[in-house]
This record gives sequence, C-alpha cells and structure tokens, in this order.
Amino acid sequence: MVKYFCNNTDIRSAWDHVVSAFWQRYPNPFSTHVLTEDVVYREVTVDHRLLTRRLLKKTNRLPRWAERFFPAGMSRSVYIVEDSIVDPVNRSLTTYTWNLNHTTLMSVEERCIFQDSVEQPATTQLKREAWISSGVYGFSRPIQEFGLARFKSNQVKSMKGLEYALSNLQGMCTSAAEMEEKCKEKKRGKQNRRGAPAAAQGHGEGCVREGQRGSQEPGFSCYCAQEAPAVRLTGPHVKYCTGDINSTQ
Amino acid sequence: MNSVGEACTDLKREYDQCFNRWFAEKFLKGDRSGDPCTETFQKYQRCVQRAIKEKEIPIDGVEFMGPNKDKP
Repeated sequence: MVKYFCNNTDIRSAWDHVVSAFWQRYPNPFSTHVLTEDVVYREVTVDHRLLTRRLLKKTNRLPRWAERFFPAGMSRSVYIVEDSIVDPVNRSLTTYTWNLNHTTLMSVEERCIFQDSVEQPATTQLKREAWISSGVYGFSRPIQEFGLARFKSNQVKSMKGLEYALSNLQGMCTSAAEMEEKCKEKKRGKQNRRGAPAAAQGHGEGCVREGQRGSQEPGFSCYCAQEAPAVRLTGPHVKYCTGDINSTQ
Repeated sequence: MNSVGEACTDLKREYDQCFNRWFAEKFLKGDRSGDPCTETFQKYQRCVQRAIKEKEIPIDGVEFMGPNKDKP
C-alpha cells in the first residue's frame, strides 16, 4: 500500500533563476536537517541536457512511538539520492529523489517538475508528487501517515529554502521590517546631507513590499530589485520605497 | 555546505563555484563550448568517491532515475 501525494505551486521567479537557485539552496535557514550535500555524477548529454546525481545526508527525526522500530545500532541519518535532468531547450527541470537506506521502515520517493508557467510570465510552475510506503509489518499505515505528514512539512521548508536561495541570487532581502528601516535610513541620510528629499532612482532599484504568496504562512517579502523584470509584483500591494539600496544582503 | 567526506569540503566548494558560474553563464544560454570545471570536478570526485566507499554508502550501481521507471 502506497500513499500518493501531488500538488502544484507557482514560484514567482523565472525558470532560469529557479534552476540556478536549485543548485545553491543548501545551506539555508530551513535546512538544518540536511547534513551533507555532494554531486557524485554529472554529465552533459549530446542533446545538451544536464544529468546530475546528488547525494544528501539528512537527520531522520522520528516521533517517539516510531523509535522502537529502530534497532539500537542502526544509523540515525538517512542517505538520499537526488537525480535530475535540466533541459534548457525545453526549459524543464525534472528531479527524482529517494532514500537509499531505512527503506523497510519507510520509503519516500519524490518527483518534481519545474517548468515555465503557462499562465503567468516570469513564473515557474512546480508539480510535486510523492510516493510513501512502509514495510513494517502491522504498522505500515501509521508509519505512512507519519511519513506523509513529515513530507508535507518538509515540502514547506523546501520551498522556503528555495525562495531563500532565489532571493540571495537576485540580491533581495526577505525581511520587510529590515528593508523599511533601511529605506527610511537612506532617505533620512540623503535628506540630511543634501537638504532635499531623496529623488527616485532609475528603473529597477528600489524596495518593494509584496503581499502574501503561496500556501505557506502569510507574510511579506521585501525585494531589493536590481533587475526588476526578475520579480513580478502584484498591483494593490506594491509599495515603493525609493532611494539607492545596497541590494546584497 | 559540507561534503560527506570531511576532507572533501574545500574541493567541493571550489567545484560548486566553478559549476554555478558555468551553469548560469554558459549552459543555460545554450553555449556548448566545453566545461571549464572538469579538473576541479575530477579532484573533488576522487575525494568524495573514496569517502563513499569508506562509509559504505550503498549508492553504487543504483540506476539513474531508477525508481522513476515504474511511475506514470
């Protein structure tokens, strides 16, 4: 018996940025459970696709009731393989991830497909599927349920981690309050020095605040956009704070 | 980010930097002019493959995208 999970998410960044960020998402504040990351195979095919295998070592946090299924000597960490194919011509990234060990206890396989959004410009659509199964006699159902719950929670962290990597790449900052403060400071600084209000900078440089996005907890992301086209802004929530901002965080 | 082989982390970082630049500036733009990272990659691989053997990580012989074969 296998539990199947599927969902679609929109990532508000262009596909090229998402794919670049994909390689740079560790470490991030949400990935403390990822202990090591290695590329163990890589090849560019004759049709210009990039094949990669990454090996990850992660902690294996279990609820107490599940720990009894762990023999004392058994390793606590999980080895995970992530195989991926980047097709820059068709603009798709497909990844397949599964655990190498502890498979009797639980096997989690995940497939992700990142492609340009059909409906929205500068947006990437992610289709994520998972197959979760357990071979523990008599306990497979609660273990699978736990596995699915943990998968969903990890999925949220995974998206946050990817967004963190994206914002690093694009020189964005992710704390609205911080940015507001920086913007105000810069404005004050300019006013004090020159005795005149800060003039608006040219296109692209500025600090914008955007409304909540995605299905994660509501919040604001504040962008220092060096190249505005990389970020899509929503109308009513956009607020410009002008002045030159140091866009690296 | 650390490598699974403690001694390999520096080699990994050097390779990652080379790769990330090549990936964004050449590969994604369709430039097929060859990979400047081959040497750093090989140094890094020698180290990490040794660590994998030492730690007996069961990754050898695992088929690329293996389990995906049975999925629709």
